[in-house]
Amino acid sequence: MAEPTTADGFADADAEATSAGPLPRSRAEQRPLPGPLAYLLLVRMWSRAASQYRVSLALTGVAQVFTTCLDLIAILVIYSQVPVIGGFTLAQTLYLYGTTRLAFGLSDLVASGVETLADSIRLGTFDIVLIRPVSTLAQVLADQFTPKRFGKLVPAIATLIWAVIVLPVQWNAIRVILCCFTVLCGFVIYCALWVLSGCVSFVAVDAREVANTFTYGSEFATEYPITIFGRPLGLALTFVLPVAFVTWQPTLYVLGRSDPFGLPGFLRFASPVAAVLLSGLAALVWRACIRRYRSTGS
Amino acid sequence: MRVYLTAARLSLRRYLTYRSSAAAGVATNTVFGCIRAFVLIALWKQKPDINGWDEADAVTYAFATQALIAPMGIFLSGTELGPRIRSGDVAVDLYRPVDFQAWWLSLDIGRAVGAGVLRSAPPVLFGLLLFPVRLPLDPVNWIEFVVCCVLGYAVSFALRYLTSLLAFWTMDERGVASIMTTAGMFCSGLIIPLTIMPGLLGTVVQHTPWAAVVQLPINVLLGTQAGGFGYALGFAALWALVLLACGRMLTSAARRKVVVQGG
Repeated sequence: MAEPTTADGFADADAEATSAGPLPRSRAEQRPLPGPLAYLLLVRMWSRAASQYRVSLALTGVAQVFTTCLDLIAILVIYSQVPVIGGFTLAQTLYLYGTTRLAFGLSDLVASGVETLADSIRLGTFDIVLIRPVSTLAQVLADQFTPKRFGKLVPAIATLIWAVIVLPVQWNAIRVILCCFTVLCGFVIYCALWVLSGCVSFVAVDAREVANTFTYGSEFATEYPITIFGRPLGLALTFVLPVAFVTWQPTLYVLGRSDPFGLPGFLRFASPVAAVLLSGLAALVWRACIRRYRSTGS
Repeated sequence: MRVYLTAARLSLRRYLTYRSSAAAGVATNTVFGCIRAFVLIALWKQKPDINGWDEADAVTYAFATQALIAPMGIFLSGTELGPRIRSGDVAVDLYRPVDFQAWWLSLDIGRAVGAGVLRSAPPVLFGLLLFPVRLPLDPVNWIEFVVCCVLGYAVSFALRYLTSLLAFWTMDERGVASIMTTAGMFCSGLIIPLTIMPGLLGTVVQHTPWAAVVQLPINVLLGTQAGGFGYALGFAALWALVLLACGRMLTSAARRKVVVQGG
């Protein structure tokens, strides 16, 4: 994931302003909070805010479990009609679904605060985010954090365990490590996509729903074997919007299958590269957006 | 009556103001329509006839559902009444010399018409260009489809209105609203056509009120509804009447008992 950026000099300016006051502070107090720590503190604050309406929080958490199950039920309904889709059996698709959902659920937990960015830019409240002496990205990612998002992880973990049990796969060290890496790299790729989708709001404030196609759309697409999209679109999902590296490529190795599109074997292990490249891109674009940001004013 | 027409017209005008937002929504609906179409095509490739539907029916369904999302308000959590109850602004609404339910219906109709005008046609046209979408040429199908959509909309509004009203008692209806949205997404047939659901599950989902919101209008459009237009009409009208009547009863209960929030 992209390293949290500081708000381009705003933090330092603020620190200087306070040090000019009547009570000189120690050096440690002047330094802005490190991004990850600030993020965790903000998450704790938002969680406590969300816990004020307990019943509503519990119900929305349950709703998240159900919503995540909907696509699972859809897969089960499809496989109730036919034994194989796009060359994949139910157990294999469940493995794809489980890893995708787990990776996406974790990224949603950490980064989906980006979704409120469009509103804060439109209302001008993003200015306040910029002048606080705390990492901008940490504030944006943590915005409106709610513990209900843990609900999304429950069906994902359950399905993955289910798939691992029923899959006729010889689990050796490489496969186990690759399975863990699938989720980890998927998580990083989705986080990068969240940040990039947030950047869309800087360019076009109204385009929030377009940003959803990057995040929810790519998540939805990777739940199914990419073969169903045909060769041109399948290759686009590998090399243009590299979501095939979220689960598809490493999963081909774990399931012991050759690539239906005939792509070379080293790509099965290329997910970390895709993750690093996409995070780098997200970090660059994010910095560029922050630098070029102009307040909407009122 | 004039006041409701004016309310609907102003609500429509407000919706039409946010055109770029609607364009973004259209793009998203189209992308999701494509992904769903690919999934259904993969299924129909294996099994060319599922409960009387061929591949063209399934693909048409994938794009038509996307066209109905916005006007039917499937992703909306309740109506705009919910947040007003939470903030206490509803006190002003209760003062208005109008029928409370009809007032919110008029505002929501404005929104639905705006969404239908701006957001419904493009995903289907896109599907028509690049996918084997098949639309009927007989105007009778289209008239029946529109009638079913109007009744389906009434059911959708009635359900969302009931959800919002709960905020009078629970203070925060968002939990219930998100459960209702989830149930609606599944039971309307947005995620997967109700026609291919097996056994008991299929029977149950085809009788929930949400079936009238998406699945039945499209069945009528495709000409595949068992029992024909008459059945779809009766089913939707019955649910609309029952749910709107529940809304009326709950409204008067709320007016008598509830203390409005605010300060």
